[in-house]
Amino acid sequence: MRITQGAFSFLPDLDDTQITAQVEYCLQNGWAIGIEHTDDPHPRNTYWEMFGNPMFDLRDAKGVMMELEECRKAHPDAYIRINAFDATGGFETVRLSFIVNRPAEEPTLRLTRTDVRGRTMNYALSAAR
Amino acid sequence: MSLDTTETTPPQKIDLRAEFESSGVAEVLRDLDRELVGLAPVKQRIRETAALLLVDRARRTMGLAQETPTLHMSFSGNPGTGKTTVALKMAGLLHRLGYVRKGHLVSVTRDDLVGQYIGHTAPKTREVLKKAMGGVLFIDEAYYLYRPDNERDYGQEAIEILLQVMENNRDDLVVIMAGYADRMDRFFTANPGFRSRIAHHIEFPDYTDGELGEIAENMLDAQNYRLDAGGRTAIADYIALRRAQPHFANARSIRNALDRARLRQANRLFETSRGPLNAEALSTITEDDIRQSRVFRGGLDVDREKTT
Repeated sequence: MRITQGAFSFLPDLDDTQITAQVEYCLQNGWAIGIEHTDDPHPRNTYWEMFGNPMFDLRDAKGVMMELEECRKAHPDAYIRINAFDATGGFETVRLSFIVNRPAEEPTLRLTRTDVRGRTMNYALSAAR
Repeated sequence: MSLDTTETTPPQKIDLRAEFESSGVAEVLRDLDRELVGLAPVKQRIRETAALLLVDRARRTMGLAQETPTLHMSFSGNPGTGKTTVALKMAGLLHRLGYVRKGHLVSVTRDDLVGQYIGHTAPKTREVLKKAMGGVLFIDEAYYLYRPDNERDYGQEAIEILLQVMENNRDDLVVIMAGYADRMDRFFTANPGFRSRIAHHIEFPDYTDGELGEIAENMLDAQNYRLDAGGRTAIADYIALRRAQPHFANARSIRNALDRARLRQANRLFETSRGPLNAEALSTITEDDIRQSRVFRGGLDVDREKTT
């Protein structure tokens, strides 16, 4: 099942030129870029593992693309996303985040419904491969 | 800015002269001529390089050439001969010609590239390279990367990463290595990989006494100071004496001397002035401000002890 998180996730996967253009846009705005990866597509899994250090003071998207290439090599079968962090006062948060790599076969999310006390139901989502 | 945007039919004719003006290269070269005193051979080499790149670009637009030429350079010369300044100009030049996308200069030394423990060097070097992407990486005193006396030195690791990136990312960044001529030669002999990847070796000659005098005037002019007649002769004497003493660093020595002269001038004004001063007095450096320098008394004490 295709997971949809962050920007552009309802579009077809971005190719490298498109990713470069997006990163270029982020750098023009002076945002710092971080690359993160995970193998758990659960929507509540917000903290992905960081790949390398966040990249400040970059001038050209090629630097990010090199790092992304490394990350893809190290984790070919993981979700990888690019976060653009805006450090200016008033924002101090991630301004853009998009998925740049997906596993060849994405795990499905299974919804489990459990009867508990009375007529209450508990729902749980879990990733199943 | 991208070079490979020739989807349409290539043009049949190219006016190099017009291209020279419109690309902004002419402007950079004029700047170079105006701002830098002396350095005639360097300017000549840069003009040649610019011509080569301009022709290469024209050939590309006509579809005659595909490969990016090797642009990595080495600047060799004594300290204070303007290597960093020229590197900055070079970055601007390459940017105007479209050989680097952003045209910024990242200036580093061994400390920025080489780590302190195992596994520290590679990320550190990569970090610097990522910052330099799309611009020019200027490695000052590059020979310190290679320490033959210590076989476990991490410099070798940085060298390997550099070589790899210089080869694979030729479109993305230009590396300029700088340092003293003799040590650079030894460095290149020990690392033949660099020699073959660096196409342009540019040598920076020392400045003559006259040129240094001119530089001194320019430096003061930029800060709205001026020399009186006595000060001018004092500077000329200073340059001649300073050159013979150890640790002479061309224009940098002059800049330091002028900084100290300004200090003495301020001190003199502070101690001798009675009543208000005009702009003239505040911006004039006199003979005395310069003659008080230790250079006229035989240099620093530490150096004198060593030589006797």
